Order: sequence, then C-alpha cells, then structure tokens
Amino acid sequence: MALKIGRFLFFKAIRIATLLVAICLISFLLVKNSPIDPIQAYIGADMLKVSPEQRAQIEAYWGLDQPVMTQFFSWGSAVLQGDLGTSMIYRRPVIDVIGERFVNSIVLMVAAWILSGIIGFTLGVIAAMKRNTWIDRMIQWYCYTLASTPTFWVGLLMVIVFAVWLGWFPVGLGVPVGVLAEDVTILDRLQHLFLPVITLSIVGVAGVALHTRQKLIDVLSSDYILFAKARGERGFLLFWRHGLRNILLPAITLQFAAFSELFGGAVLAEQVFSYPGLGQATVEAGLRGDVPLLLGLVIFSTFFVFTGNLLADLIYQVVDPRTREGRVK
Amino acid sequence: MKMNLLSNRRQKTLWMMVIGTIVLLAIIFSKVWVDTDKILTNLNTRNVAPTWDYLFGTDWLGRDMFTRTMMGLSLSIRVGLIGAIGSTVIALTLGMVAATMGKTVDRVISWLIDLFLSVPHLVALILISFTVGGGFKGVVIGLIATHWPSLARVIRAEVMQVRSAEYVQMSRRLGKSNGWIAVHHIFPHLVPQVIIGFMLLFPHAILHEAAITFLGLGLSPHEPAIGIILSESMKYLSSGLWWLAFFPGLALLIVVRLFDKIGESLKVLIDPTKAHL
Repeated sequence: MALKIGRFLFFKAIRIATLLVAICLISFLLVKNSPIDPIQAYIGADMLKVSPEQRAQIEAYWGLDQPVMTQFFSWGSAVLQGDLGTSMIYRRPVIDVIGERFVNSIVLMVAAWILSGIIGFTLGVIAAMKRNTWIDRMIQWYCYTLASTPTFWVGLLMVIVFAVWLGWFPVGLGVPVGVLAEDVTILDRLQHLFLPVITLSIVGVAGVALHTRQKLIDVLSSDYILFAKARGERGFLLFWRHGLRNILLPAITLQFAAFSELFGGAVLAEQVFSYPGLGQATVEAGLRGDVPLLLGLVIFSTFFVFTGNLLADLIYQVVDPRTREGRVK
Repeated sequence: MKMNLLSNRRQKTLWMMVIGTIVLLAIIFSKVWVDTDKILTNLNTRNVAPTWDYLFGTDWLGRDMFTRTMMGLSLSIRVGLIGAIGSTVIALTLGMVAATMGKTVDRVISWLIDLFLSVPHLVALILISFTVGGGFKGVVIGLIATHWPSLARVIRAEVMQVRSAEYVQMSRRLGKSNGWIAVHHIFPHLVPQVIIGFMLLFPHAILHEAAITFLGLGLSPHEPAIGIILSESMKYLSSGLWWLAFFPGLALLIVVRLFDKIGESLKVLIDPTKAHL
C-alpha cells in the first residue's frame, strides 16, 4: 500500500517537474519577447536622462546582452536556489513580496474555499434529495446563472449594496487608511476580508453544488438505496447513513481540483476590493512591466494549482476504499 | 398523449434557442438599430439615473449607458467569437491527432493539455497579454491559447471510442482506407461534439475577455468594451452611480447565460442518447 502510493508520488513528481520546467521556460521566453522594454520599465520617467552608454551598462549588469538561453539558465539556476530576483515596482526581493502577499491571499482563498465548499455541498444535497421539486429547480437555476456571472461584477454589486448603500463595510484596501501597521486589529482585517470572501464564495458554489447533486442522484438510484428504502429508511437518516459518505469524497476532490479557478477568482476579487494579495500583485506586475515579479507569480500560481491537483489525487488514493483495493490487486 | 408531451419539450427547447439566437444577433448588430450619437459626450445629461429615455442611465460625461452597453457587448461577443473559433480549431486538431497518431504523440499531447491547464487561466491571460503588449491582439491570442484543453480531451476520447467501435473495425477489415473511415465514420460523430463544445466555450471566452479587459490588460480604454465600462464605473460607485455597474454587468450576465442555454439546448437536440427528452 505504502509502496503503491510511493510509486504514484514518484511518477507524479516527475510529471510535475517536467511541467514546471516547461512553464518556466515558456513564460521566460514569452516575457523576453514582450515589446515592453525592461530597462525603460525599471527607470520610468527618468529615461531621457539615461545615456546610451549607461543603458548599455545596465544591460550588461542585468545580463540582457547575453543570448536568451544563457539568460534563462542563469535565471533558472537562481530560481532553483530560491532567488526569484528583485521586483521592480516594490524594489524588494520577489520572494518577499510573494510571501507577504500570499499570507493575505491565503486567508481570503481558504475562507472562500471552505465557505463555498460547505454551501455548495449543502445546496447540492438539498437539490438531489428534493429532486424535481421547485427547490431543486431553484437551486439549479441559481447555479447555472452563477456559472455565467462575472466574478468582478458580483464584487461590484457587493460594493454598491454593502459598502455604499448600507455602509457596513469599507470600500477597499486590506487595512484601514491612515492607521499604523501595528495598530491594525484583527477586527479591522476581518471587516476588510468579509466582502471579498463573500464574493468569491457566492461564485464558487456552482460547481460543487451541481456536481454533488448529480452524484447523489446517481447514488439514490442504486440498489442499496432501494433496499434501504424498502426497510423504511427515508429522508435525512437515509442520506446520513448511505448517501453522505459516497458523495463527500468527490465533492472534496472537486474542491481541491478547482484551485485554478479559485486563484483566478481571487485575482478579480482582489482587484475590485483593492485587497493587497497575490492577484492584485499579478495585475500590477502585468500592467507596469515588472518582469521578475510576473515570472515569480506565474511559477507560484502554477505550484498552487499543482498542490491542489496532487491533494485531490492523493485523497482518492488514500481515502477511497475502492481505489485503494483496486490498486492493491 | 405521451408522444405529444415529448415533442412539446423538444419544441420548447427549439423555440428557446431561436429566441435566444435572435436576441444575440440583435445585440451583435446593435450598431444598426442603436442611436450611436448617444455615446457622444453630452454635458447637459450627466449622471442621469435610469429613466425611459435612458434605460441604463447616463455616465459622468452624459453618455447613454444603454448604447454603450450594447456596443460593448457587441464587441465582446465578436472578440469571444474569434477566441472560441480559434480554440475549437486547436482542440479539434490536437484531439484528433492525439487519438490517431499513436501512443507517443498521445502522451505528448496529453502532457501539453496538462501544461496549459496548470497555470490559472487569468494568470496565463495576463502573461500573454503582457507578452504581446496588450490590446486586441493580446486578448485574442490569450483566449485562443487558454480555452482549448478541455475540448481537446473530449474530442480525443470521442475519436478513440469511435475508432474502437465494431463497425469501424469491420469497415477496416473490408479494406476501407484511413481517410475514408475518418470522413465517413469518425467525422459525423465529431460534428455535434465540436458544435456543442464550441457553443459552451463561447460564454467562457466572453467572460474571460471581459475579465482581462476589466483588469486593464485587455482591450484599450478607447474601445467601448464591457470590461472597460465596468472598470471605469468603479471610480463612481462611492458617489452612488450604481447604474453604471449594475446594468452593463447584468446585460453581460444575460448574454453569457443565453449562449450557455443555447449550447445546452443544442446538446439536448443533437445528442441521440438524449432523444427521448
């Protein structure tokens, strides 16, 4: 058993490694081909004061005069040692910027992830148990509509209703303006976190709910449910004894596999609420031509997605008795 | 009695599709019936809340939001269309190649699919848009490059399934060439899948176009795109101009939902295994 999982992990690791290397190479090449001049992006408005000689010196200092592949290898070996370079807009090591932003983002994403998982699962279960009633139809309609809703628009609606009309929440920023960093209380943070989390959760519900509904309907049409019903079990007890365990696992794995959408949603939600997280940093890096930061974020987000997928796979391998037995045979 | 009921369900689906298509076409060609003078700056009618004259209200320059929204949607749909067509072509090509050219090619392509799925869509779009230098080209290339993997998987699976079917094996034994089999056996099965896949890709492409433009990395601020309208509205939300964000977003939602609905209806109508519905 342990051996099987070890082998599974080994091959997974190789696959992930090749994919990561490819992602690094491709994004490096893409960024290098950008018409945005990195030196101009770095110097900004003072560009006119820089003479061609100075420019050449900067190029030589950054190694921009080397062939692209040489640049890639020197960058790549630095990355392997954990050095992602220095962010141009923040004038700090990329790894520090990402680390700091990640703490903000992970709070947001974990909260939204758990909330949307629980709500989505519950909605899916209710829809399936009450199949073909108006409740089911309403939940389905709601989910399909959400699947076509732009995340950022939901965010804007939240701002209009809760921040502008009701005035319950601040309009943006992760912390209040004009307050020293050490004076920011947990309550302040929570208050600024609330709307982005709600936005992300509202949009994230659809996938889990629809998936869970379908799974539970499949389960409910099976023979053992028929037998249980024949014994007189029904309603919540029936679901609790025979349904829950069968559908919980797919729902959890689906949530893990949805890390990619979660990240994308976070980018938009953070932008709407000016929440200082990874997503906002990505947009800033793209807009202002901060190449090292952009590359770092691409790699980091890829890592994030891989982690989700790997966890999803592992859960199936370790927890699901059917896959487990199957593997041993 | 029963027969009647069934045909009604199909008819209803069909009608819904027709109406949806008409609405969408009306939006795409909104330039024809919408009064384009209304998007010019008109300082006499600034910040008007929605009325019958200005259905969606006007903005801080007195431009009619309804007209802007229609033109923005039209643009978004057209961009989405190019993106969806490009993605479908890639998906079709790679899916068929993966299923027919042997194991090594299949592995390479499934690796490629994993590669494109491993970066979050939005991050990939930002990266590509940065590479191309933003604007229309960046959005279109980004959309094409990010939306094909899931459809490619579907097509690959479909081709593999058809290829191993008995009648195809029989046909091969009878001496038909690969080309003949591809055209007469595999292609007819693929057409519905591709059409449905395309229709379901479309709304995603539109949403992503709006999202990347909203972030400021897509279409240029001079275009009347829906993402631009929404991102501009952010500055005016705190002064209470809620209609600047509400109606354009709602219109976008309706358009995307319509596309989705048409795609789903098409699926029900075309898919032979659902013929009883």
